[in-house]
Amino acid sequence: MSGYVGRSEKEREEMLRAIGVGALEDLLQPVPSELRASAGIDLPDALSELDVIRRVREIALENRPGDETSVGKTACFAGAGVYDHFVPAAVRHLMARSEFSTCYTPYQAEVSQGTLQAIFEFQSLMCALTGMDVCNASMYDGATAIAEAALLSVNVTNERRILVSTCLHPHYREVLKTYCTPTNIEVVEIPDEEGVTNLGRLKSALGQGAACFIHQQPNFFGIVEDTSEIGKLLSLSKALLISSVDPVSLALLQPPSSYGSDVVVGEGQGLGSPMNFGGPLLGFFAARRQYVRKLPGRIAGLTSDNRGRRGFVLTLQTREQHIRRARATSNICTNQALVALAATIQLALLGEKGLREVAEQCLSRSHFAAELLAALGGFSLKYDRPFFKEFLLECPVDAGALTAKLLRKGILAGVPLSRFSGDSNLLLVAVTEKRTRKEIEALVEGARQAAEELAQGWRES
Amino acid sequence: MTIPEDLKYTEQHEWVRVEGDTVTVGITDYAQGELGDVVYVELPAVGAKAEASTPFGVVEAVKTVSDLFSPVSGEIVAVNDVLSDDAATVNRSPYEDGWMIKIKMSDPGELESLLGSEDYRKLIGKES
Repeated sequence: MSGYVGRSEKEREEMLRAIGVGALEDLLQPVPSELRASAGIDLPDALSELDVIRRVREIALENRPGDETSVGKTACFAGAGVYDHFVPAAVRHLMARSEFSTCYTPYQAEVSQGTLQAIFEFQSLMCALTGMDVCNASMYDGATAIAEAALLSVNVTNERRILVSTCLHPHYREVLKTYCTPTNIEVVEIPDEEGVTNLGRLKSALGQGAACFIHQQPNFFGIVEDTSEIGKLLSLSKALLISSVDPVSLALLQPPSSYGSDVVVGEGQGLGSPMNFGGPLLGFFAARRQYVRKLPGRIAGLTSDNRGRRGFVLTLQTREQHIRRARATSNICTNQALVALAATIQLALLGEKGLREVAEQCLSRSHFAAELLAALGGFSLKYDRPFFKEFLLECPVDAGALTAKLLRKGILAGVPLSRFSGDSNLLLVAVTEKRTRKEIEALVEGARQAAEELAQGWRES
Repeated sequence: MTIPEDLKYTEQHEWVRVEGDTVTVGITDYAQGELGDVVYVELPAVGAKAEASTPFGVVEAVKTVSDLFSPVSGEIVAVNDVLSDDAATVNRSPYEDGWMIKIKMSDPGELESLLGSEDYRKLIGKES
């Protein structure tokens, strides 16, 4: 238990002396001041265990879960990267088995054959969905998977210039810059035009040399882009094509392999995980065979032992940091095994036909909602483009104020684009297979009323 | 274990065969023995620049991966493509079929700092 007991003041002083540092504060100097709580951390007084439980329950009751089993249910039309897809009870039940309850690949991995088999099946399923040849054991989330893919492209091409579409999720672009800037890798944003990648700008940027181009399909605005045109441009360049995709959409859309993607990454939360207040998430990382030795993270492999029996192993470990140290392919050394397991069970349960049905439901329900919303006075779709399950709604009023009003009616109407420094009247609306006709109609009626009230309020004030 | 007398060596266990202004580079019999079964050799593209004492590639065995260091500076003029299909050639024939790259030297004076076969024998005598 000593690992859970804090260090005494005396021990701290001894440790500081041993490393030749005067005060703990000196170690914190490199942390930027805007990230420091300069006035200290305002912690309340200690509570008893019972009081802590009471307090946490109180806070939990303020949640507005989208889950159908919860009290105080909220119809969730928010997405922007994390989606409210249905998770069958079997997923939760199976993944909660104690044999699986770790988020890590085990040390002494081969002792845990079941975990390795689950990872192997996750990899195989993701390869089938993306059309890629190899897939790793998973990444932390879609954003870090993109950043690692960018590093792979630098490694492969020896170019230090990353092109990225501004149709890629703004948070993903931030993470990408966090990874690239300190290592002097240039990140160049290709501005979008009417909600899709500007192909002319992409073409001229590729002409100046690049390690890769990163795009998202469907893109951040929900739009299904003409990826064949992007693929054609990339085929004329030595830059790699990195595609960030919604795995659910792949049941309907062309696999990224068909338009020439070299690396396919994305957020896998929509497969088997609830929205979880934004995490844990699940990154996946798949690529063409020629990049197998450049893949970050771990890979489970299928082999046979010396008696010919099937067995699972961790493979290509020699590229990892416990062997390669500073020259390792990547500094990621574990994965989201438990969340990947949820995705594996979900995909196995749904099967090809089931996943297709989920995707078709998303497609038809989101178009039903978009049609009704756009028919409201003052509302319209920002872009007239094909979309999958999410669309950008232009509201006659402030989208943040609109969602606040709707939330009081048990409807989370979407994500206001102002949260990503977009126009304040834009609302990103996601409609999954879970949203009923009744909920969609409540959203539409609620939006109509809220807009009217808000406009009224503004006229009066 | 063989250490041909007509070759030069690096302290990182590469061998060098000099032919005019071009050198052929591979890893020694001792190195392949220490690595064990070689499963993959990553080599640069023809036309790439090589710099003395700087990694030009990677040799991967079942349990480990090692950098390959260029003995001299210059331009890579040939790469042994056989190794991409059959990396184990390095184990079977480290000095002949298992060669890795040919470099056209930009500074033949760099050869002076390489080891002769006797010095290399002494070096691995100390290591083993």
